[in-house]
Amino acid sequence: MAKITVDGQCYEVDPANNLLQECLSQGLDLPYFCWHPCMGSVGACRQCAVKQYRDEDDKTGTLVMACMTPVTDGAILSIEDDQAKAFRAGVIEGLMTSHPHDCPVCEEGGECHLQDMTLMSGHNYRRFDKRKVTHRNQDLGPFLNHEMNRCITCYRCVRFYNDYAGGKDLSAQASHHHTYFGRFEAGTLESEFSGNLAEVCPTGVFTDKPFSEHYARKWDLEAAPAVCTGCAIGCNTSPGERYGSLRRIVNRYHSDINGYFLCDRGRFGAHYVNSDFRLRSAKDSSGMTLSSEEASIAFARDTQKRLIGIGSPRASVEANFALRRLVGEDNFYAGFSDSDYEAMQVLLNSLQDQDFNCPSLKQVESADAVLIIGEDVTNTAPRMALSLRQSVRVAAYELADKARIPQWQDAAVREIAQETRSPLCIFATGATRLDDVATLRLNASREDLLEAAEALFVRLSGDSPHYREGVTGRTMQAVEETYAALLAAKKPLIISGVHAGVEAMRLASNIAKRLAKIRESSCDLVLLAAEHNSVGHALLLEEKNSLGSAFNRLKDEGCDGLIVIENDLYNRAPTSIVQAALKSVDTCIVIDQIETPTARHASLVLPSTSFVESANVLVNYEGRAQLSFQLSPCPESLKPVERWLNVEGSESTESLIRRCSTELAPFSELDKCLPHPSSVVPGAKFPRMSHRASGRTAMNADRNVHEGKQTLDDNSVMSFSMEGIQPLRDATVLGSSWAPQWNSNQSISKFQNEVNGALKQRNSEIHLITRNSHLDYYPSYSRTEGQSDEHKYLLQAVQQIFGSDELSARSKPVQSRMSDCYIAFNVESAKQLGATTGDSIELQDTGVELTLVVRADVPDGVALVYPGSSATGLSVNRFDLPKAAQLSRLDKANSEYGLGVSSLVVDDRVDVEVTTGAIL
Amino acid sequence: MSENKLMKNSVITTSLSRELTAAEISEIEHEISLYPDKRAVGLEALKIVQRHQGWVSDESMRAISNYLDIPVADLEGVATFFNLIYRRPVGKKVILFCDSVSCWVMGCDRIKQKITDQLGIDYGETTSDGEYTLIPVPCLGDCDKAPVMMIGEEMHRHLDEEGIESLFRNAAVNKSGGDS
Repeated sequence: MAKITVDGQCYEVDPANNLLQECLSQGLDLPYFCWHPCMGSVGACRQCAVKQYRDEDDKTGTLVMACMTPVTDGAILSIEDDQAKAFRAGVIEGLMTSHPHDCPVCEEGGECHLQDMTLMSGHNYRRFDKRKVTHRNQDLGPFLNHEMNRCITCYRCVRFYNDYAGGKDLSAQASHHHTYFGRFEAGTLESEFSGNLAEVCPTGVFTDKPFSEHYARKWDLEAAPAVCTGCAIGCNTSPGERYGSLRRIVNRYHSDINGYFLCDRGRFGAHYVNSDFRLRSAKDSSGMTLSSEEASIAFARDTQKRLIGIGSPRASVEANFALRRLVGEDNFYAGFSDSDYEAMQVLLNSLQDQDFNCPSLKQVESADAVLIIGEDVTNTAPRMALSLRQSVRVAAYELADKARIPQWQDAAVREIAQETRSPLCIFATGATRLDDVATLRLNASREDLLEAAEALFVRLSGDSPHYREGVTGRTMQAVEETYAALLAAKKPLIISGVHAGVEAMRLASNIAKRLAKIRESSCDLVLLAAEHNSVGHALLLEEKNSLGSAFNRLKDEGCDGLIVIENDLYNRAPTSIVQAALKSVDTCIVIDQIETPTARHASLVLPSTSFVESANVLVNYEGRAQLSFQLSPCPESLKPVERWLNVEGSESTESLIRRCSTELAPFSELDKCLPHPSSVVPGAKFPRMSHRASGRTAMNADRNVHEGKQTLDDNSVMSFSMEGIQPLRDATVLGSSWAPQWNSNQSISKFQNEVNGALKQRNSEIHLITRNSHLDYYPSYSRTEGQSDEHKYLLQAVQQIFGSDELSARSKPVQSRMSDCYIAFNVESAKQLGATTGDSIELQDTGVELTLVVRADVPDGVALVYPGSSATGLSVNRFDLPKAAQLSRLDKANSEYGLGVSSLVVDDRVDVEVTTGAIL
Repeated sequence: MSENKLMKNSVITTSLSRELTAAEISEIEHEISLYPDKRAVGLEALKIVQRHQGWVSDESMRAISNYLDIPVADLEGVATFFNLIYRRPVGKKVILFCDSVSCWVMGCDRIKQKITDQLGIDYGETTSDGEYTLIPVPCLGDCDKAPVMMIGEEMHRHLDEEGIESLFRNAAVNKSGGDS
């Protein structure tokens, strides 16, 4: 630790950091623009100037840029010095010369870092009376607005979009006062992380487009701490609500998970809660709407029968637990497909095995060699792909350390690193969106990848792998290179997941276990679950109770019916099997938030709450249980699943969580994710509204001029009001961050122990799983030798960030980025079939038709199939697809009903374009 | 000449690419041989294409981007940073007219007015016959011979109104004479 003096006050600070970061860590107010806690310093904006003095006798001092000045022991500084203040005011006056006076109509107003810094710097009168520079804006697609006139050229957008997130279609253009940040031409920003620009931009150049279509100021939004339901990562979000509708999602800082950034599925996918896809009232088999009381009575009557329950990886822990209690553990079945369920067993085993460590995203960023087997992380757990992009920079930091360049010197570190990257080895079929930073790509069919992974395991075991005849030298070389990279690494990481399949997960486990043995300490292993509560659901299941066994029971034993919670069975099993099962019973109760094909067969449909209308606990891929708080009052017609089920203790989320933790061993610590009693002041709640929330007496005046009583929330430590203890003192329930003088999201530094550190209070979370076993290796992989038909293509299902998740696929902004189900194969195959992108392709003998996307990198003999979403566009049930099929081109025009494939972003896409000459 | 062409694209885009000419490619290849990384050649490639085409169209931008494997947005950053890479069509000859301090002191305003009167173009405009484009430039480094301008590659010094008159009269004569 070093000691520095700032304006006469002594502080203990970390000498590895720069002055700006340490000043902010100490809670001091020092303006800045171009610096970002996650992206280091470039010294571009000159806004954070402070006075530094040589020693105590030095009364003159020199101006230094705090972000570019390392902390030195004994440094004497002044933020309040008159010259420093005048300099900062001058800088901002310069930045503001062309900035429009449009704050009242700007979406950023009220949470604008530029507004905050302008006031903080004391520039409050415009002397510049000349013409301002104006720019043309671009249409950047469905997620973001573009208003270049507001730009102050801090460069944070391109530093995030290009340098941090690896985007390729945004750049800084022109120079001096014409500098322009945009695309080559108008069009959708391709990066899966583009939405972060709305938060990274210190002013209103990039703003959230769906939000601005139905806008409210930050101070008017009701906010609560929530957990994203987009995938198994469990990013922390801060949803904002007004007039009973969800308006937007912004990032909520979590030091170990998402940090400062979300993916676009998480940010824009939550709009499904406002959509017409939501179930809003109970219905009986004839489609008649039932009142809440009628529905409860009908449900109570049905539960007299012998029912089995099918849980769900997208329902909360409490919902699954309540169903398990209602039907009994023997009658509670998995909501996973049988193959996913098998994969989940491997995942659960890996979480209990002492040879492994399941890294948080923050730990992923420090892995110095990564092997991904079969999982397309960008499309299945997008936020992790952003962390993997940072992991390849470990080598850059090592180079910088050797040259004694501090890590926060962003430009210098990138300069010294050039193209140097830590190993990122990707075994995948076809191109992935991480290929541009991969140091090694093994592109082959699933079976070939598994064989290569098995060979790698054998190699790590000290033997030389026995390759099958016909294996290419490229594969052998890839195995050798990966082997060398993993052995040389200090912190290797192996990644696979449920979408890659159970064999890939077993091989990943074997490889990680072998590495752990070699290293004589645990090895990082990530096995990605598919959905936001996959792990929580799996922990509640008796191992034998697979979905297949549930179908058998419905068929053979003749139970009276079933209850399905928040699950579409057509996403879990072949259509024919699901149909047969649903037909064989009279009673089928479906409780869900959204309309699904399964709900259409139900004898009773009950509408459940989304994450907005009720609290829930979700368990992420690490086994981290997180509490997501209720955001807005629950409409009368909706109830959380557990309240429909009406089991003992289901009156509140809290009581059910406590019951769960006393009754079930894996959840014994679950109640620790509830707000800590010491953080709760009796009689005072944490307000969901800001103290500046407006319109309380006017909001409902169109219906009633009397001010109604605020809705009470007896079940939460939060209230639906602006009264109570402002979250300044307790970040545990930090719905949205705000601090005096800091209206923007940059106020988060006031809630961190130090910049980039943990929140001052703990998060509402608990790690559920204790590592207490040493499991054996899984049996070695051997290819199932089927008769390979030369004319058939092996079909492999793929995922897409926009569309593969059931809930977000029902969000309007996400739908505008979705595509129809498609089939992809390479140029050679396309030539053979005489087909081009956009044509219809038939899987022979199945009647399935898919739109073709020619993708250059798909291996010969393989066709990738994206099944689409039942929400909109054309889709197929992936379980209906054969393992291999003969393909033929259909001579017909494209369907008018579908979404097409034009909005699909894949890196190896090949479109046949007709040159202008051809049209003439 | 109708021919379907395969193009690798990350999203469907509205503007198309063209093929670089053999001459352009050979010059670009030479530049590539001088650097460890072909992406360093972006600016040189823009200059080469401009020399051959007169300006750099969107189609040319895509062609260079594909050839050098530089994202077209990044290449646009380079192209627009430099004022003398023309992203719009220009005349056969570009008049770079200095309006900086020394030339201003020596009365360049009158000279510029003379050019505008004679050719009928202001800054940023091209004559209707596509011959000349007039662009201001901050300094041509010949201040002791101010006012100065460049026409194409050729430097013109100690400008006065009579000189301008004869210069562009000659140019017109040259044009009609050189048409054969």
